[in-house]
Amino acid sequence: MAVMSFFANPHRFMAASKWPAWGFTALGVLLVAVGVYFGLFVVPEDFQQGDAARIMFVHVPAMWLSLFVYAFMAGASLVSFVWRHALADVAAKSAAPFGAAVTALGLVTGSIWGYPTWGTWWEWGDARLVSVLVLFFIYLGYIAIWSAMDTPQKAARAAAILCLIGAVNLPIIHFSVEWFSTLHQVQMKAADEFKYPMYIVALGYLALFGGLTLLNMRAEIMNTRAEMLIQRRQAAD
Amino acid sequence: MSGSFAVFARELKLAWSGGGGAALPVGFFAAAASMTPFAVGYDTVALQTAGPGVIWIALALSSLLPMERLFQADLEDGTLDAYASSGIAMEGVTLAKTLAHWIATGIPLALMSPILWIMLQGPVEASGLVVAASLVGSLAFFFFGSIGAALAAGMRRGGLLIALVTLPLYVPTMIFGAATLDAAASGADWVGPLMLTGSAALFGLATSPFGAAMALRTALD
Repeated sequence: MAVMSFFANPHRFMAASKWPAWGFTALGVLLVAVGVYFGLFVVPEDFQQGDAARIMFVHVPAMWLSLFVYAFMAGASLVSFVWRHALADVAAKSAAPFGAAVTALGLVTGSIWGYPTWGTWWEWGDARLVSVLVLFFIYLGYIAIWSAMDTPQKAARAAAILCLIGAVNLPIIHFSVEWFSTLHQVQMKAADEFKYPMYIVALGYLALFGGLTLLNMRAEIMNTRAEMLIQRRQAAD
Repeated sequence: MSGSFAVFARELKLAWSGGGGAALPVGFFAAAASMTPFAVGYDTVALQTAGPGVIWIALALSSLLPMERLFQADLEDGTLDAYASSGIAMEGVTLAKTLAHWIATGIPLALMSPILWIMLQGPVEASGLVVAASLVGSLAFFFFGSIGAALAAGMRRGGLLIALVTLPLYVPTMIFGAATLDAAASGADWVGPLMLTGSAALFGLATSPFGAAMALRTALD
């Protein structure tokens, strides 16, 4: 709680976040590079899938992050809704593009992975695949609602409501999709043994998420300040 | 409570006196489902395979149509402001309006669906079940749609946003409802899927008035 009220002041946030924003971004790039290098060149090839399995070092961490980012946004939305915390909206809004991007990355890499291993680009019978697609649409709706509202205050409230409603519905959507897929053939994936490069990439994504979200938040706050300055100047004229 | 009933009665009156505006989605429903044979061919087996799914998608999209004006009209002319200042709970208002619109539009949609069902070569004996599934399913669609409607009420380009926001929430109802119709077509056990469709509607009843009311209060600020 103390941390929360400390950062409720945008000035303090701007002063404290400058170096972490760039530091996390650089750390993220480094970790992703190291993890992908180990995944592509050091780890031996999978005995069942051969080199095709190496895409999991990009794919699986992206899927973890797609859920993590949504959970983060739901938490920020709750904070914004309950305490009207000044920065929570900005945090949720700034996190959304990264969340949508890793979800899209996961879907695309999953599709590319699916073709050589499952023999199809897209399998509706796999519950995870379909749930993630729905999650992607929820991200798109969240981003759309921010751009569709007249005032930032209203947009923040509406987006927070939508994010929380999505969080309540996501488990139900997931279970219903699972029920749906039991009607069809369920395909199992090969067991993955090579966890360390995956963990390194996941940490890299996490650091990138932190860094890029902070950068996004800083840009958002600067934008608000710039608009206030313009309004003040116009009022003075 | 009596305030919510008054809102409910007013909405019903408005829906019936609107010159048949409430029936427009029914026309859309019939027209959209009638496009199926042109796309999948008039082969009986192909129609029987595609029929349940097509009817259910058309029902979902038809249920989205009244959503754009569900709260927007009342927000624009100040009716919602009047409700808010008269002390009626906004949750009661959203529930009353959604239910009234479901009675005016959702029930006619459900009554239309067995006709489309028979046109798409579904077994006639299952017509009653199709009406039941469509009643329950459209109720769920209306509840989840009302959240999107409330979120988009204060927006200029609200209609498409409602669809983008609401369709992911439709997924469970889509799966259970279409499974009910599938079971009806094949003679399989339909009780489970129908109950799950009902549970989606109940979940919508339990959550959507609060979500929609929160969104409307934001729009009124």
